Amino acid sequence: MMRFAIKRLLLAVPTLLAMLTAVFILVRLVPGDPAAVMLGDQASAEALNALRTQLGLDQPVLQQYLHFLGDILTLDFGVSMSTGRSVLHEVAQVLPWTLQLTAAAILIGSIFGLPLGVWAALRRNAWPDYLGRLLSLTGLSFPAFVSAILMLLVFAIQLNWFPVVSSTTAEGWGGQLRNLALPAFNLGLIMMAYVMRVTRSSMLGVMGEDYIRTARAKGIRPMRLILRHGLRNALIPIVTVVGLYFGTLIGNSVLTEIVFNRPGLGKLILGALNVRDYTLLQGLMIVFASCVIVVNLITDLIYGLVDPRVKFQ
Amino acid sequence: MSALVSTAPRTSALWLALSKNKLSWVGLGLLLLIVGTAVFAPWLAPYDPLQQNIAYRLEPPSPEFWLGTDSYGRDVLSRLIYGTRISLLVGFVAILIAMAIGSSLGVLAGYIGGLFDRVVMGLVDVLLSFPTLVLGLMIAAMLGASLENLIIAIAITEIAPFVRVARAPTIALKQRDFIEAGRALGYGPLRLMGVHIVPNMISDVVVLGSLWMASAIRTEASLSFIGLGVPPPTATWGSMIREGFENILDAWWLTVFPSLAILLTVLALNLLGDALRDAIDPKLRSE
Repeated sequence: MMRFAIKRLLLAVPTLLAMLTAVFILVRLVPGDPAAVMLGDQASAEALNALRTQLGLDQPVLQQYLHFLGDILTLDFGVSMSTGRSVLHEVAQVLPWTLQLTAAAILIGSIFGLPLGVWAALRRNAWPDYLGRLLSLTGLSFPAFVSAILMLLVFAIQLNWFPVVSSTTAEGWGGQLRNLALPAFNLGLIMMAYVMRVTRSSMLGVMGEDYIRTARAKGIRPMRLILRHGLRNALIPIVTVVGLYFGTLIGNSVLTEIVFNRPGLGKLILGALNVRDYTLLQGLMIVFASCVIVVNLITDLIYGLVDPRVKFQ
Repeated sequence: MSALVSTAPRTSALWLALSKNKLSWVGLGLLLLIVGTAVFAPWLAPYDPLQQNIAYRLEPPSPEFWLGTDSYGRDVLSRLIYGTRISLLVGFVAILIAMAIGSSLGVLAGYIGGLFDRVVMGLVDVLLSFPTLVLGLMIAAMLGASLENLIIAIAITEIAPFVRVARAPTIALKQRDFIEAGRALGYGPLRLMGVHIVPNMISDVVVLGSLWMASAIRTEASLSFIGLGVPPPTATWGSMIREGFENILDAWWLTVFPSLAILLTVLALNLLGDALRDAIDPKLRSE
Protein backbone atom coordinates (compact mmCIF):
# COMPACT_ATOMS: atom_id res chain seq x y z
CA MET A 1 0.00 0.00 0.00
CA MET A 2 2.80 2.41 0.91
CA ARG A 3 4.54 1.76 -2.38
CA PHE A 4 1.27 2.28 -4.25
CA ALA A 5 0.69 5.57 -2.46
CA ILE A 6 4.19 6.87 -3.18
CA LYS A 7 4.04 5.85 -6.84
CA ARG A 8 0.64 7.48 -7.25
CA LEU A 9 1.92 10.67 -5.58
CA LEU A 10 4.92 10.78 -7.90
CA LEU A 11 2.64 10.33 -10.88
CA ALA A 12 0.75 13.49 -9.94
CA VAL A 13 3.92 15.59 -10.23
CA PRO A 14 4.23 15.60 -14.04
CA THR A 15 0.49 16.29 -14.36
CA LEU A 16 0.85 19.24 -12.00
CA LEU A 17 3.84 20.57 -13.95
CA ALA A 18 2.08 20.11 -17.29
CA MET A 19 -0.99 21.88 -15.91
CA LEU A 20 1.14 24.86 -14.82
CA THR A 21 2.73 24.95 -18.27
CA ALA A 22 -0.71 24.94 -19.89
CA VAL A 23 -1.81 27.86 -17.72
CA PHE A 24 1.40 29.76 -18.54
CA ILE A 25 0.82 29.33 -22.27
CA LEU A 26 -2.90 30.10 -22.08
CA VAL A 27 -2.42 33.36 -20.22
CA ARG A 28 0.26 34.44 -22.70
CA LEU A 29 -2.08 33.76 -25.63
CA VAL A 30 -4.00 36.87 -24.65
CA PRO A 31 -4.09 39.25 -27.58
CA GLY A 32 -2.41 42.53 -26.77
CA ASP A 33 0.04 43.68 -24.14
CA PRO A 34 -0.93 42.97 -20.51
CA ALA A 35 0.86 46.16 -19.43
CA ALA A 36 -1.23 48.20 -21.87
CA VAL A 37 -4.39 46.51 -20.63
CA MET A 38 -3.50 47.33 -17.02
CA LEU A 39 -2.62 50.97 -17.56
CA GLY A 40 -5.29 51.85 -20.11
CA ASP A 41 -5.09 53.87 -23.32
CA GLN A 42 -3.56 57.05 -21.95
CA ALA A 43 -0.45 55.45 -20.43
CA SER A 44 2.91 56.95 -21.36
CA ALA A 45 5.63 54.88 -22.98
CA GLU A 46 7.84 55.22 -19.88
CA ALA A 47 5.10 53.93 -17.60
CA LEU A 48 4.45 51.00 -19.94
CA ASN A 49 8.13 50.11 -20.06
CA ALA A 50 8.44 50.37 -16.29
CA LEU A 51 5.51 48.05 -15.78
CA ARG A 52 6.82 45.60 -18.37
CA THR A 53 10.11 45.43 -16.48
CA GLN A 54 8.24 45.01 -13.22
CA LEU A 55 6.14 42.15 -14.62
CA GLY A 56 9.20 40.58 -16.24
CA LEU A 57 7.64 40.88 -19.70
CA ASP A 58 10.90 42.19 -21.20
CA GLN A 59 12.69 38.94 -20.44
CA PRO A 60 12.93 35.96 -22.81
CA VAL A 61 9.94 33.62 -22.63
CA LEU A 62 11.97 30.74 -21.21
CA GLN A 63 13.18 32.91 -18.34
CA GLN A 64 9.62 34.11 -17.72
CA TYR A 65 8.51 30.49 -17.61
CA LEU A 66 11.16 29.45 -15.09
CA HIS A 67 10.34 32.49 -12.94
CA PHE A 68 6.65 31.57 -13.11
CA LEU A 69 7.31 27.98 -12.05
CA GLY A 70 9.58 29.08 -9.24
CA ASP A 71 7.01 31.55 -7.95
CA ILE A 72 4.14 29.05 -8.03
CA LEU A 73 6.17 26.29 -6.38
CA THR A 74 6.98 28.66 -3.51
CA LEU A 75 3.23 29.45 -3.36
CA ASP A 76 3.74 32.99 -4.65
CA PHE A 77 0.76 33.51 -6.96
CA GLY A 78 1.54 37.16 -7.59
CA VAL A 79 -0.47 40.29 -6.97
CA SER A 80 -3.98 40.89 -8.29
CA MET A 81 -3.88 43.55 -11.05
CA SER A 82 -7.18 45.05 -9.98
CA THR A 83 -7.02 45.12 -6.18
CA GLY A 84 -3.28 45.20 -5.55
CA ARG A 85 -3.58 42.51 -2.89
CA SER A 86 -1.93 39.13 -3.24
CA VAL A 87 -3.86 36.56 -5.25
CA LEU A 88 -3.54 34.05 -2.42
CA HIS A 89 -5.14 36.54 -0.04
CA GLU A 90 -8.06 37.14 -2.44
CA VAL A 91 -8.63 33.40 -2.81
CA ALA A 92 -8.31 32.65 0.91
CA GLN A 93 -10.87 35.32 1.71
CA VAL A 94 -13.71 33.71 -0.27
CA LEU A 95 -12.62 30.09 -0.11
CA PRO A 96 -14.61 29.24 3.07
CA TRP A 97 -17.83 30.29 1.28
CA THR A 98 -17.20 27.98 -1.64
CA LEU A 99 -16.07 25.13 0.64
CA GLN A 100 -19.22 25.50 2.75
CA LEU A 101 -21.38 25.38 -0.37
CA THR A 102 -19.69 22.40 -2.01
CA ALA A 103 -19.51 20.43 1.25
CA ALA A 104 -23.24 20.96 1.80
CA ALA A 105 -23.90 19.87 -1.79
CA ILE A 106 -21.83 16.68 -1.43
CA LEU A 107 -23.72 15.92 1.79
CA ILE A 108 -27.13 16.45 0.18
CA GLY A 109 -26.12 14.57 -2.95
CA SER A 110 -24.93 11.49 -1.04
CA ILE A 111 -27.65 11.40 1.64
CA PHE A 112 -30.41 11.34 -0.98
CA GLY A 113 -28.57 9.86 -3.94
CA LEU A 114 -27.25 6.66 -2.35
CA PRO A 115 -30.54 5.29 -0.94
CA LEU A 116 -32.46 6.27 -4.07
CA GLY A 117 -29.88 4.54 -6.26
CA VAL A 118 -30.05 1.38 -4.13
CA TRP A 119 -33.84 1.48 -4.23
CA ALA A 120 -33.88 1.84 -8.01
CA ALA A 121 -31.45 -1.06 -8.40
CA LEU A 122 -33.54 -3.34 -6.16
CA ARG A 123 -36.73 -2.42 -8.02
CA ARG A 124 -35.10 -2.82 -11.40
CA ASN A 125 -37.46 -2.29 -14.35
CA ALA A 126 -40.36 -1.50 -12.02
CA TRP A 127 -41.85 1.98 -11.65
CA PRO A 128 -39.39 3.30 -9.01
CA ASP A 129 -36.57 2.44 -11.40
CA TYR A 130 -38.14 4.09 -14.45
CA LEU A 131 -39.16 7.16 -12.50
CA GLY A 132 -35.75 7.35 -10.86
CA ARG A 133 -33.92 7.08 -14.17
CA LEU A 134 -36.07 9.73 -15.80
CA LEU A 135 -35.61 12.06 -12.82
CA SER A 136 -31.85 11.54 -12.65
CA LEU A 137 -31.49 12.10 -16.39
CA THR A 138 -33.52 15.30 -16.04
CA GLY A 139 -31.32 16.40 -13.15
CA LEU A 140 -28.22 15.77 -15.22
CA SER A 141 -29.66 17.83 -18.09
CA PHE A 142 -29.91 21.03 -16.06
CA PRO A 143 -27.15 23.54 -16.54
CA ALA A 144 -26.60 24.65 -12.92
CA PHE A 145 -27.57 28.26 -13.63
CA VAL A 146 -30.90 27.23 -15.15
CA SER A 147 -31.94 25.18 -12.12
CA ALA A 148 -30.65 27.95 -9.86
CA ILE A 149 -32.79 30.56 -11.61
CA LEU A 150 -35.89 28.37 -11.53
CA MET A 151 -35.38 27.71 -7.79
CA LEU A 152 -34.84 31.41 -7.20
CA LEU A 153 -38.07 32.23 -9.04
CA VAL A 154 -40.17 29.64 -7.21
CA PHE A 155 -38.82 29.54 -3.66
CA ALA A 156 -37.39 33.01 -3.18
CA ILE A 157 -39.52 35.28 -5.36
CA GLN A 158 -42.93 33.56 -5.55
CA LEU A 159 -43.07 31.78 -2.19
CA ASN A 160 -40.65 34.12 -0.40
CA TRP A 161 -39.27 31.29 1.76
CA PHE A 162 -35.63 32.23 1.27
CA PRO A 163 -33.70 35.46 0.70
CA VAL A 164 -33.28 36.43 -2.98
CA VAL A 165 -29.71 37.59 -2.41
CA SER A 166 -27.38 35.82 0.01
CA SER A 167 -26.31 38.41 2.57
CA THR A 168 -22.67 38.37 3.58
CA THR A 169 -23.36 39.39 7.15
CA ALA A 170 -24.18 36.24 9.05
CA GLU A 171 -27.18 36.49 11.38
CA GLY A 172 -26.30 33.50 13.52
CA TRP A 173 -26.73 29.88 12.54
CA GLY A 174 -30.32 30.24 11.36
CA GLY A 175 -29.54 33.11 9.02
CA GLN A 176 -26.49 31.34 7.62
CA LEU A 177 -28.53 28.22 6.90
CA ARG A 178 -31.28 30.22 5.23
CA ASN A 179 -28.64 31.78 2.99
CA LEU A 180 -27.05 28.46 2.25
CA ALA A 181 -30.22 26.41 1.68
CA LEU A 182 -31.15 27.29 -1.91
CA PRO A 183 -27.64 27.34 -3.41
CA ALA A 184 -26.74 24.11 -1.58
CA PHE A 185 -29.90 22.34 -2.73
CA ASN A 186 -29.35 23.53 -6.27
CA LEU A 187 -25.87 22.01 -6.35
CA GLY A 188 -26.89 19.05 -4.19
CA LEU A 189 -29.88 17.96 -6.27
CA ILE A 190 -27.84 17.93 -9.49
CA MET A 191 -25.19 15.89 -7.70
CA MET A 192 -27.89 13.62 -6.29
CA ALA A 193 -29.00 12.78 -9.83
CA TYR A 194 -25.44 11.75 -10.61
CA VAL A 195 -24.84 9.75 -7.40
CA MET A 196 -28.15 7.98 -7.86
CA ARG A 197 -27.29 6.90 -11.39
CA VAL A 198 -23.85 5.67 -10.46
CA THR A 199 -25.15 3.86 -7.35
CA ARG A 200 -27.86 2.14 -9.35
CA SER A 201 -25.53 0.71 -11.99
CA SER A 202 -22.89 -0.28 -9.43
CA MET A 203 -25.49 -1.98 -7.20
CA LEU A 204 -26.92 -3.82 -10.21
CA GLY A 205 -23.48 -5.23 -10.91
CA VAL A 206 -22.84 -6.32 -7.32
CA MET A 207 -26.30 -7.80 -6.67
CA GLY A 208 -25.76 -10.18 -9.59
CA GLU A 209 -22.62 -11.68 -8.01
CA ASP A 210 -22.46 -15.23 -6.72
CA TYR A 211 -21.67 -14.24 -3.13
CA ILE A 212 -24.94 -12.35 -2.93
CA ARG A 213 -26.81 -15.47 -4.00
CA THR A 214 -24.88 -17.51 -1.45
CA ALA A 215 -25.60 -15.03 1.32
CA ARG A 216 -29.26 -14.98 0.39
CA ALA A 217 -29.36 -18.77 0.39
CA LYS A 218 -27.89 -18.73 3.90
CA GLY A 219 -30.95 -16.78 4.97
CA ILE A 220 -29.36 -13.45 5.87
CA ARG A 221 -31.86 -10.73 6.67
CA PRO A 222 -32.55 -8.59 3.54
CA MET A 223 -31.40 -5.32 5.13
CA ARG A 224 -28.08 -6.82 6.16
CA LEU A 225 -27.68 -8.41 2.74
CA ILE A 226 -28.27 -5.15 0.93
CA LEU A 227 -26.08 -3.00 3.16
CA ARG A 228 -23.19 -5.25 4.19
CA HIS A 229 -22.89 -7.51 1.18
CA GLY A 230 -24.32 -5.27 -1.51
CA LEU A 231 -23.74 -1.59 -0.89
CA ARG A 232 -20.40 -2.06 0.85
CA ASN A 233 -18.94 -3.65 -2.26
CA ALA A 234 -20.76 -1.31 -4.61
CA LEU A 235 -19.30 1.73 -2.84
CA ILE A 236 -15.80 1.32 -4.27
CA PRO A 237 -16.64 2.20 -7.88
CA ILE A 238 -19.07 4.83 -6.63
CA VAL A 239 -16.29 6.66 -4.76
CA THR A 240 -14.13 6.69 -7.89
CA VAL A 241 -16.81 7.96 -10.21
CA VAL A 242 -17.97 10.59 -7.73
CA GLY A 243 -14.34 11.73 -7.42
CA LEU A 244 -14.32 12.28 -11.18
CA TYR A 245 -17.44 14.41 -10.77
CA PHE A 246 -15.52 16.98 -8.73
CA GLY A 247 -14.61 19.12 -11.76
CA THR A 248 -18.26 19.40 -12.74
CA LEU A 249 -19.14 20.26 -9.15
CA ILE A 250 -16.69 23.17 -9.24
CA GLY A 251 -18.11 24.43 -12.54
CA ASN A 252 -21.64 24.19 -11.16
CA SER A 253 -20.69 26.01 -7.98
CA VAL A 254 -19.29 28.88 -10.06
CA LEU A 255 -22.64 29.27 -11.86
CA THR A 256 -24.64 28.84 -8.65
CA GLU A 257 -22.67 31.54 -6.86
CA ILE A 258 -23.24 33.93 -9.73
CA VAL A 259 -27.02 33.40 -9.76
CA PHE A 260 -27.45 33.64 -6.00
CA ASN A 261 -24.94 36.50 -5.81
CA ARG A 262 -23.07 34.55 -3.16
CA PRO A 263 -19.43 35.34 -2.41
CA GLY A 264 -16.98 32.61 -3.42
CA LEU A 265 -14.52 31.55 -6.08
CA GLY A 266 -17.22 31.81 -8.76
CA LYS A 267 -17.93 35.46 -8.14
CA LEU A 268 -14.21 36.09 -7.83
CA ILE A 269 -13.51 34.61 -11.26
CA LEU A 270 -16.41 36.55 -12.81
CA GLY A 271 -15.11 39.79 -11.33
CA ALA A 272 -11.59 39.02 -12.55
CA LEU A 273 -12.98 38.37 -16.04
CA ASN A 274 -14.88 41.65 -16.13
CA VAL A 275 -11.84 43.76 -15.26
CA ARG A 276 -9.40 41.53 -17.16
CA ASP A 277 -7.35 40.81 -14.06
CA TYR A 278 -4.99 38.27 -15.63
CA THR A 279 -2.90 37.49 -12.56
CA LEU A 280 -6.03 36.70 -10.55
CA LEU A 281 -7.44 34.57 -13.41
CA GLN A 282 -4.16 32.71 -13.71
CA GLY A 283 -4.08 32.09 -9.95
CA LEU A 284 -7.69 30.92 -9.86
CA MET A 285 -7.12 28.54 -12.74
CA ILE A 286 -4.17 26.99 -10.92
CA VAL A 287 -6.22 26.71 -7.71
CA PHE A 288 -9.15 25.04 -9.52
CA ALA A 289 -6.97 22.58 -11.43
CA SER A 290 -4.88 21.73 -8.37
CA CYS A 291 -8.08 20.95 -6.47
CA VAL A 292 -9.15 18.52 -9.20
CA ILE A 293 -5.72 16.86 -9.33
CA VAL A 294 -5.62 16.49 -5.53
CA VAL A 295 -9.16 15.09 -5.36
CA ASN A 296 -8.32 12.55 -8.08
CA LEU A 297 -5.22 11.60 -6.12
CA ILE A 298 -7.21 11.13 -2.91
CA THR A 299 -9.85 9.08 -4.76
CA ASP A 300 -7.19 6.79 -6.16
CA LEU A 301 -5.60 6.39 -2.73
CA ILE A 302 -8.97 5.57 -1.13
CA TYR A 303 -9.56 3.04 -3.89
CA GLY A 304 -6.22 1.42 -3.16
CA LEU A 305 -6.94 1.48 0.57
CA VAL A 306 -10.36 -0.20 0.43
CA ASP A 307 -9.62 -2.58 -2.41
CA PRO A 308 -6.39 -4.48 -1.81
CA ARG A 309 -6.66 -6.00 -5.27
CA VAL A 310 -5.68 -2.70 -6.85
CA LYS A 311 -2.21 -3.19 -8.21
CA PHE A 312 -0.25 -0.39 -9.67
CA GLN A 313 0.69 -0.92 -13.29
CA MET B 1 -9.10 -8.95 -47.75
CA SER B 2 -11.85 -6.98 -46.23
CA ALA B 3 -10.94 -5.38 -42.93
CA LEU B 4 -14.46 -4.41 -42.14
CA VAL B 5 -16.16 -6.44 -39.52
CA SER B 6 -19.69 -6.24 -40.81
CA THR B 7 -21.50 -3.25 -39.40
CA ALA B 8 -24.89 -4.88 -39.85
CA PRO B 9 -25.14 -6.44 -36.35
CA ARG B 10 -24.06 -3.17 -34.77
CA THR B 11 -26.73 -1.23 -36.64
CA SER B 12 -29.43 -3.64 -35.64
CA ALA B 13 -28.20 -3.56 -32.03
CA LEU B 14 -28.74 0.19 -32.05
CA TRP B 15 -32.14 -0.31 -33.54
CA LEU B 16 -32.96 -2.91 -30.90
CA ALA B 17 -31.90 -0.59 -28.10
CA LEU B 18 -34.04 2.18 -29.49
CA SER B 19 -37.08 -0.04 -29.80
CA LYS B 20 -36.58 -1.45 -26.31
CA ASN B 21 -36.09 1.89 -24.63
CA LYS B 22 -39.33 3.83 -24.95
CA LEU B 23 -37.84 6.98 -23.48
CA SER B 24 -35.36 7.18 -26.34
CA TRP B 25 -38.28 7.73 -28.73
CA VAL B 26 -39.36 10.70 -26.66
CA GLY B 27 -35.80 12.00 -26.98
CA LEU B 28 -35.71 11.42 -30.71
CA GLY B 29 -39.09 13.09 -31.24
CA LEU B 30 -38.08 16.11 -29.18
CA LEU B 31 -34.79 16.39 -31.00
CA LEU B 32 -36.44 16.28 -34.44
CA LEU B 33 -38.82 18.99 -33.28
CA ILE B 34 -35.92 21.15 -32.10
CA VAL B 35 -33.89 20.62 -35.27
CA GLY B 36 -37.01 21.45 -37.31
CA THR B 37 -37.43 24.65 -35.33
CA ALA B 38 -33.84 25.64 -36.10
CA VAL B 39 -34.12 24.86 -39.80
CA PHE B 40 -37.48 26.58 -40.33
CA ALA B 41 -36.86 29.48 -37.92
CA PRO B 42 -37.62 32.25 -40.46
CA TRP B 43 -41.01 30.72 -41.26
CA LEU B 44 -41.92 29.83 -37.67
CA ALA B 45 -40.96 33.05 -35.91
CA PRO B 46 -43.90 35.49 -35.79
CA TYR B 47 -41.63 38.57 -35.56
CA ASP B 48 -38.09 39.68 -36.39
CA PRO B 49 -35.97 38.56 -33.40
CA LEU B 50 -33.92 41.77 -33.47
CA GLN B 51 -36.78 44.24 -34.07
CA GLN B 52 -37.01 46.56 -31.06
CA ASN B 53 -40.28 48.21 -30.19
CA ILE B 54 -40.18 50.56 -27.22
CA ALA B 55 -43.98 50.79 -27.16
CA TYR B 56 -44.17 47.11 -26.16
CA ARG B 57 -41.50 46.81 -23.46
CA LEU B 58 -41.72 43.90 -20.97
CA GLU B 59 -45.17 42.78 -22.12
CA PRO B 60 -46.29 39.59 -20.34
CA PRO B 61 -47.36 36.62 -22.49
CA SER B 62 -50.51 37.48 -24.47
CA PRO B 63 -52.26 36.33 -27.66
CA GLU B 64 -50.23 38.92 -29.54
CA PHE B 65 -46.86 37.96 -28.00
CA TRP B 66 -47.21 34.33 -26.93
CA LEU B 67 -44.14 34.35 -24.68
CA GLY B 68 -44.08 38.09 -23.93
CA THR B 69 -41.51 40.71 -24.88
CA ASP B 70 -38.15 41.71 -23.41
CA SER B 71 -36.88 45.07 -22.13
CA TYR B 72 -36.24 46.28 -25.69
CA GLY B 73 -39.73 45.22 -26.79
CA ARG B 74 -38.39 42.26 -28.78
CA ASP B 75 -40.62 39.19 -29.13
CA VAL B 76 -39.38 36.42 -26.79
CA LEU B 77 -40.85 33.58 -28.88
CA SER B 78 -39.08 34.76 -32.05
CA ARG B 79 -35.78 35.15 -30.18
CA LEU B 80 -36.24 31.70 -28.66
CA ILE B 81 -36.82 30.17 -32.10
CA TYR B 82 -33.76 31.84 -33.60
CA GLY B 83 -31.71 30.96 -30.49
CA THR B 84 -32.24 27.28 -31.34
CA ARG B 85 -29.97 27.80 -34.33
CA ILE B 86 -27.03 29.09 -32.26
CA SER B 87 -27.29 26.36 -29.63
CA LEU B 88 -27.44 23.54 -32.15
CA LEU B 89 -24.80 25.07 -34.43
CA VAL B 90 -22.30 25.65 -31.62
CA GLY B 91 -22.96 22.25 -30.04
CA PHE B 92 -22.74 20.37 -33.33
CA VAL B 93 -19.68 22.07 -34.79
CA ALA B 94 -17.78 22.04 -31.49
CA ILE B 95 -18.38 18.30 -31.08
CA LEU B 96 -17.42 17.69 -34.71
CA ILE B 97 -14.10 19.48 -34.19
CA ALA B 98 -13.47 17.76 -30.86
CA MET B 99 -14.33 14.42 -32.43
CA ALA B 100 -11.98 14.94 -35.39
CA ILE B 101 -9.02 16.09 -33.28
CA GLY B 102 -9.66 13.85 -30.29
CA SER B 103 -10.24 10.58 -32.11
CA SER B 104 -7.31 11.18 -34.52
CA LEU B 105 -5.03 11.71 -31.53
CA GLY B 106 -6.52 8.66 -29.82
CA VAL B 107 -6.01 6.39 -32.82
CA LEU B 108 -2.46 7.65 -33.38
CA ALA B 109 -1.61 7.28 -29.69
CA GLY B 110 -3.04 3.77 -29.56
CA TYR B 111 -1.39 2.68 -32.79
CA ILE B 112 2.05 4.23 -32.32
CA GLY B 113 2.23 3.63 -28.57
CA GLY B 114 5.44 4.33 -26.66
CA LEU B 115 6.53 7.88 -25.93
CA PHE B 116 3.96 9.47 -28.26
CA ASP B 117 1.17 7.63 -26.45
CA ARG B 118 2.45 8.79 -23.08
CA VAL B 119 2.69 12.41 -24.22
CA VAL B 120 -0.85 12.38 -25.63
CA MET B 121 -2.29 10.77 -22.51
CA GLY B 122 -0.37 13.30 -20.40
CA LEU B 123 -2.07 16.09 -22.37
CA VAL B 124 -5.42 14.40 -21.79
CA ASP B 125 -4.73 14.32 -18.05
CA VAL B 126 -3.96 18.03 -18.12
CA LEU B 127 -7.14 18.84 -20.05
CA LEU B 128 -9.15 16.76 -17.59
CA SER B 129 -7.62 18.51 -14.61
CA PHE B 130 -9.41 21.74 -15.50
CA PRO B 131 -13.11 21.90 -14.67
CA THR B 132 -14.88 22.04 -18.07
CA LEU B 133 -16.60 25.33 -17.36
CA VAL B 134 -13.46 27.03 -16.01
CA LEU B 135 -11.40 25.92 -19.01
CA GLY B 136 -14.07 27.02 -21.49
CA LEU B 137 -14.45 30.30 -19.65
CA MET B 138 -10.71 31.02 -19.69
CA ILE B 139 -10.24 30.16 -23.37
CA ALA B 140 -13.33 32.10 -24.44
CA ALA B 141 -12.20 35.09 -22.36
CA MET B 142 -8.67 34.97 -23.77
CA LEU B 143 -9.83 34.68 -27.40
CA GLY B 144 -12.61 37.27 -27.07
CA ALA B 145 -16.35 36.83 -27.50
CA SER B 146 -17.41 35.65 -30.98
CA LEU B 147 -19.16 32.65 -32.51
CA GLU B 148 -15.92 31.09 -33.82
CA ASN B 149 -14.04 31.54 -30.55
CA LEU B 150 -16.92 30.10 -28.57
CA ILE B 151 -16.89 27.01 -30.78
CA ILE B 152 -13.10 26.66 -30.40
CA ALA B 153 -13.31 27.03 -26.61
CA ILE B 154 -16.04 24.40 -26.25
CA ALA B 155 -14.32 22.05 -28.72
CA ILE B 156 -11.13 22.12 -26.62
CA THR B 157 -13.05 21.22 -23.45
CA GLU B 158 -14.53 18.16 -25.19
CA ILE B 159 -11.38 16.72 -26.83
CA ALA B 160 -10.12 14.59 -23.93
CA PRO B 161 -12.94 12.01 -23.75
CA PHE B 162 -12.74 11.39 -27.51
CA VAL B 163 -9.02 10.59 -27.22
CA ARG B 164 -9.79 7.98 -24.59
CA VAL B 165 -12.69 6.44 -26.51
CA ALA B 166 -10.66 6.13 -29.72
CA ARG B 167 -7.44 4.92 -28.09
CA ALA B 168 -8.74 1.87 -26.23
CA PRO B 169 -10.31 0.05 -29.23
CA THR B 170 -7.28 0.94 -31.37
CA ILE B 171 -4.99 -0.87 -28.95
CA ALA B 172 -7.31 -3.88 -29.00
CA LEU B 173 -7.70 -3.88 -32.81
CA LYS B 174 -3.97 -3.46 -33.38
CA GLN B 175 -3.38 -6.99 -32.09
CA ARG B 176 -6.05 -8.62 -34.25
CA ASP B 177 -5.04 -10.99 -37.03
CA PHE B 178 -6.39 -8.93 -39.89
CA ILE B 179 -4.14 -6.00 -38.96
CA GLU B 180 -1.18 -8.35 -38.70
CA ALA B 181 -2.12 -9.74 -42.12
CA GLY B 182 -2.36 -6.25 -43.56
CA ARG B 183 1.07 -5.43 -42.18
CA ALA B 184 2.46 -8.64 -43.72
CA LEU B 185 1.03 -7.54 -47.07
CA GLY B 186 3.07 -4.38 -46.76
CA TYR B 187 0.29 -1.91 -46.03
CA GLY B 188 1.54 1.34 -44.52
CA PRO B 189 0.46 2.53 -41.07
CA LEU B 190 -1.76 5.25 -42.55
CA ARG B 191 -3.68 2.73 -44.62
CA LEU B 192 -3.95 0.33 -41.69
CA MET B 193 -5.28 3.05 -39.43
CA GLY B 194 -7.48 4.79 -41.96
CA VAL B 195 -8.99 1.82 -43.76
CA HIS B 196 -8.80 -0.98 -41.21
CA ILE B 197 -8.94 0.47 -37.73
CA VAL B 198 -11.03 3.64 -37.93
CA PRO B 199 -14.08 2.08 -39.68
CA ASN B 200 -14.22 -0.55 -36.94
CA MET B 201 -14.62 1.93 -34.11
CA ILE B 202 -16.06 5.04 -35.66
CA SER B 203 -19.66 4.15 -34.86
CA ASP B 204 -18.88 4.05 -31.13
CA VAL B 205 -17.15 7.41 -31.35
CA VAL B 206 -20.07 8.95 -33.21
CA VAL B 207 -22.62 7.58 -30.76
CA LEU B 208 -20.72 8.96 -27.78
CA GLY B 209 -20.36 12.21 -29.69
CA SER B 210 -24.12 12.57 -29.74
CA LEU B 211 -24.11 12.03 -25.98
CA TRP B 212 -21.46 14.71 -25.43
CA MET B 213 -23.24 17.19 -27.66
CA ALA B 214 -25.58 17.57 -24.69
CA SER B 215 -22.66 18.71 -22.57
CA ALA B 216 -21.40 21.04 -25.32
CA ILE B 217 -24.80 22.73 -25.52
CA ARG B 218 -24.87 23.07 -21.74
CA THR B 219 -21.44 24.70 -21.78
CA GLU B 220 -22.52 27.07 -24.58
CA ALA B 221 -25.55 28.17 -22.57
CA SER B 222 -23.44 28.63 -19.43
CA LEU B 223 -20.79 30.70 -21.20
CA SER B 224 -23.47 32.85 -22.87
CA PHE B 225 -25.05 33.36 -19.47
CA ILE B 226 -21.71 34.54 -18.08
CA GLY B 227 -21.41 36.94 -21.02
CA LEU B 228 -18.77 35.08 -23.05
CA GLY B 229 -21.09 33.79 -25.76
CA VAL B 230 -22.04 35.14 -29.16
CA PRO B 231 -22.18 38.92 -28.59
CA PRO B 232 -25.53 40.79 -28.58
CA PRO B 233 -27.89 41.53 -30.22
CA THR B 234 -27.85 37.95 -31.58
CA ALA B 235 -30.44 35.88 -29.76
CA THR B 236 -28.97 32.94 -27.82
CA TRP B 237 -30.73 31.13 -25.00
CA GLY B 238 -27.95 31.79 -22.50
CA SER B 239 -27.77 35.50 -23.24
CA MET B 240 -31.58 35.78 -23.17
CA ILE B 241 -31.47 34.42 -19.61
CA ARG B 242 -28.60 36.77 -18.82
CA GLU B 243 -30.61 39.79 -19.98
CA GLY B 244 -33.83 38.53 -18.41
CA PHE B 245 -32.05 37.98 -15.10
CA GLU B 246 -31.91 41.76 -14.60
CA ASN B 247 -35.72 41.84 -14.60
CA ILE B 248 -36.25 38.58 -12.75
CA LEU B 249 -38.38 40.20 -10.05
CA ASP B 250 -41.11 41.43 -12.38
CA ALA B 251 -40.72 39.61 -15.73
CA TRP B 252 -40.44 35.86 -15.10
CA TRP B 253 -41.13 34.98 -18.75
CA LEU B 254 -37.75 36.35 -19.81
CA THR B 255 -35.88 33.65 -17.87
CA VAL B 256 -38.35 30.76 -17.66
CA PHE B 257 -38.89 30.11 -21.39
CA PRO B 258 -35.24 30.07 -22.49
CA SER B 259 -34.48 27.93 -19.40
CA LEU B 260 -37.07 25.37 -20.50
CA ALA B 261 -35.69 25.44 -24.05
CA ILE B 262 -32.17 24.59 -22.83
CA LEU B 263 -33.47 21.92 -20.47
CA LEU B 264 -35.58 20.20 -23.14
CA THR B 265 -32.78 20.22 -25.71
CA VAL B 266 -30.20 18.76 -23.34
CA LEU B 267 -32.72 16.25 -22.01
CA ALA B 268 -33.64 15.11 -25.53
CA LEU B 269 -29.98 14.51 -26.36
CA ASN B 270 -29.41 12.73 -23.05
CA LEU B 271 -32.43 10.43 -23.48
CA LEU B 272 -31.26 9.46 -26.92
CA GLY B 273 -27.57 9.23 -26.06
CA ASP B 274 -28.30 7.08 -23.02
CA ALA B 275 -30.10 4.46 -25.08
CA LEU B 276 -27.39 4.52 -27.76
CA ARG B 277 -24.66 4.09 -25.17
CA ASP B 278 -26.44 1.15 -23.62
CA ALA B 279 -26.55 -0.39 -27.08
CA ILE B 280 -22.84 -0.10 -27.85
CA ASP B 281 -21.47 -0.87 -24.39
CA PRO B 282 -22.86 -4.14 -23.06
CA LYS B 283 -21.15 -3.53 -19.71
CA LEU B 284 -23.25 -0.44 -19.17
CA ARG B 285 -26.38 -1.99 -20.55
CA SER B 286 -29.23 -1.43 -18.18
CA GLU B 287 -31.87 -3.60 -19.82
